[in-house]
Formats: sequence, structure tokens, C-alpha cells
Amino acid sequence: MNRRRFIAASASGLAAAALPARAQRFQPPQDVAPLIEQITGGVAPTTGGITVKLPQLAENGNSVPLQLAVASPMTVEDHVEALYVIAPRNPRPLVATFHLSPDAGRAEIATRVRLAGTQKVVAIARLSGNRFLVNETEVLVTSAACLDESM
Amino acid sequence: MMLGRVQVPQSVKRGEAFEVRVIVQHPMETGFRRDLQGQAIPVNIVDKLACTYGGREVFRAELGTGIAANPYIAFYVVARESGPIEIAWSDDRGQEGRASALVDVA
Amino acid sequence: MTHDVMRHVAAAACCCAAALACASDLPARPQPPRNGSEFQSAEVRALQADDFANPMSLWISRGEALWKEPRGAAGKSCESCHGEAANAMKGVTARYPRWDPALKRVVNVEERIQACSEGAQGAGRFGDPSDELVGLSAYIALQSRGLPMSVSIDGPARGAFERGRSLYFTRIGQMNLACTHCHDANWGRRLYAETVSQGHPTGWPAYRNEWQHPGTLERRLRACFFGVRAELPAYGDPDMIALELYLAWRAQGLSMEAPGVRR
Repeated sequence: MNRRRFIAASASGLAAAALPARAQRFQPPQDVAPLIEQITGGVAPTTGGITVKLPQLAENGNSVPLQLAVASPMTVEDHVEALYVIAPRNPRPLVATFHLSPDAGRAEIATRVRLAGTQKVVAIARLSGNRFLVNETEVLVTSAACLDESM
Repeated sequence: MMLGRVQVPQSVKRGEAFEVRVIVQHPMETGFRRDLQGQAIPVNIVDKLACTYGGREVFRAELGTGIAANPYIAFYVVARESGPIEIAWSDDRGQEGRASALVDVA
Repeated sequence: MTHDVMRHVAAAACCCAAALACASDLPARPQPPRNGSEFQSAEVRALQADDFANPMSLWISRGEALWKEPRGAAGKSCESCHGEAANAMKGVTARYPRWDPALKRVVNVEERIQACSEGAQGAGRFGDPSDELVGLSAYIALQSRGLPMSVSIDGPARGAFERGRSLYFTRIGQMNLACTHCHDANWGRRLYAETVSQGHPTGWPAYRNEWQHPGTLERRLRACFFGVRAELPAYGDPDMIALELYLAWRAQGLSMEAPGVRR
């Protein structure tokens, strides 16, 4: 092996050791039906009713802004009890759970999530009276043009 | 003590829902990243965050590794009486943090 | 495919670079001049503009506290010499890097802070990289927000300026590219899914989503070196400061926008 190839091979070996998980090929989406079923306790969720605000294209999967809203009177009789965020391509698909009550006044949260590649983000709302809403939103996630492992 | 900040509107009307914004300084280490020697960096995330207002918990969140570093969360609370909005959070190593802001209810 | 594109880019830029190097006056600057935030996504721009949600706000809180904290053998805080940051530091970052008459060399803001920490405070240097240093630098940079970048390249600063300019046009790394090849010849074009910026320093220190952490301009420039697979310069390398001076000159008149957020 000539010197140039040896150096290139060593350099790439070193770079591989330093690669963060996201720089490798992202895993395909997992089947999250069992997770959803666990959340709803087997109750079939109604599609819709959750407004999900996510960018169409996320330049960096490390930080993607997400907003969830459910039009709910948030009274004792009728309110959103919890909001769940599921990312099927993430190594741990359940991203977060937000617990609400009539004290919230509005069923609306905002946060920033990590997305391991292009995928359909699933939002679930648990309403009082054991009712469930579900919504899927596709986000295109790209990687950096020049990956940076310098410090 | 972990650094974090909370922001509420300067004044709100009684009965109105107002936005509470929180940001916490934390790497939210997933456990999947590797250092330059190839060793996995251990997982370390803020996993619990709760908001107390007027003597009771009004919001609670369970966070996973899928929440971005330096977690930001915004949620709503109904204005009852003037007083502090208190946020408390903890990570999976038992480190805790608190932040509070006063809300003026008209 | 990428290699072919790079060869075309390099070939086209090579001619430009040669022409510029021959010109006796100063190199042409990108027109119209555009800040780094204009090349980010709408979400990143919105985050930069949001003083609370911008993750830099956490480090700036630390910087603000540090400004008032007595440190080192002298037991002095920044405030004890300089007074209120909003007054004393207004416009400072916009004028850096600059020739420092006491240190007898061109320094960037971070190096000037280090000199104060070592000298006036007797607290030694902050580490490389350092959360506290980036927080302090970001807090100081905030006092220049909205002001035009305006550095001096006259007199004793000229040597560093010429060195920085020469580096800007020098090919480096396995990819054999100079700064000019991307940031003069190809700004506004796509590299993979990103839009190449004009390479201005006005948004730094910044929070980079790629790092999930803030960093100084120096850290960002080292990332460029890494990007073209060049050996990384050591932190504090005078060549890097010379490059920062050239970049600051090249960005003159542009509105400071630190603390920034970048992809």
C-alpha cells in the first residue's frame, strides 16, 4: 500500500471513530404501532384534531422546532390530559410526554426535538374520557454539507 | 445547580391563559455519541420538568433523548392570582435546577 | 459527482484568485454584502432573533454574571475596571480584531479577554475552548449588535491584515481549497442541502446546531479547516487571528448580529 493510501485510510479510520451517530446511515423507521397501542391502551385514536407545526425541511436534525396544539375548552369535563411525541426513526421513538390539566387554559406546547433523518413525526393527544387523537407529519431532515468533528 | 431561565408576560388578566417559556442549559447527551477514542459518551439528559403555580403543579413533562440540547419548552397556564411561576427540573444523574418568574395578574 | 463539481469550482475560482492576487488594490468583496443569517433556514433565523429562546441567552447570562465577578489574585471584576458593559463595551466587538498597543500584536476579542484575565485579574487564562470565555465574549458582542463592523487595517495592523488576506486565498487540505473558492466564487449556491454563505464573522460567537453548543469564530474557522480536511491550527495561532482580521475587514459596514444561531 503506498504512503498516500495509507494516510488516507488512517485518516478515514480516525474520522470513523469520531463520527457521531447521526453521521452514519440513519436506521429505517420502526413500527411504532405497539408503542401507540401502549399509550392508548388499545383504544383506537381518531385521526386529526392536533395541529402540528414542524418545518418542511430541517437543515439539522439536532434541533427541530415543534409546536403542538389541540383546540380544547380545557374544562374539567373536557380537556387534553397529555401530549405525546413519537419519532419512528429515532433510536428511542418516544421523544417526550407533556402532561396538561384544566390549569393550562390552552392545550398548546412548543419545544425543540432531535430527528434522526427524514420521517413522519407522530403526535398523540389523550383527552379526558379516555379518548385519543393522532396526527402524522412528514419532515425532511438533511445533514450538514461539511460534517464537523473538530473541537 | 443547573442554569435555566423562565419567561412570562409582564402582566396578564385573571382567567386568561398566558405563555410560560423555559430554557435549560444541558447537553442532553443521548448515549449514542462517541468521543475521538471511539468510546460512547454516557447518556445524561434532563428527564423531568414541572411547573408549580399558586400552590399546585400546573404542568409536567417527561423528556427523552429526542429533545434537543439546551431544552426549550413553552406551555400555557391560566392566570389566577399574582405570584411566582416556579419551574423545577432534574436530570438522570439527580442534578436539579430551579427558575422562577413573577406573574402580575390584573 | 461532488469531485467533478469541486474541480470546476476550483478551476473557475483559481482564475479569479490569480487575478485578485495580481491587483494592487484590495480584493473585491462579495456584492451585495449579506450577513450569515441570510443563508440559514427560516427556523434558525427566527431562533437567532428570539432573545429568550436563542440558546446563546444561557451563555450570555453566565457572561453577564462573570462581568461582575471578582476573579483572580487581584480580586477584580471586569466591571471594576470597565464599569457597566452596556456603556464600556458598546461597539467594541465591531472594532475587533485590532492592534493592541499594550500587547504589541493584533488580537481578537477572546485574546483580549484572556490578556485581562491573566494580567489585570491575575486569574490565568480561560481554557481552550471555554464555556466561560464564550459566554463573556458573547455578552460583549451583544453590546455591538446592530452596529456596523468597522476594523482598522492601518499602521501596525497592516502586517496581520496582509497575512490574513494571503491565507484567505491559499489552498489547504486534502480538498485543496481556499476560503475564496466557496465564499467568493460560490456563495448563494448549494453545497449538498446547504446554501454557502459569504463567510462573514458578524454573527459570532454563535450557537451552532451542529455542535449543539456555542463557539467562537476561531472554533468555526477550525471547522472550515476540518471541512476541507486540512490540519487544524492550534488554538491561539496568530495566523488564525490574522485571518479573522481579514474577514472583519471584508465584512466592513455589515451589521453585527451576534449572538448568532447557525445550523
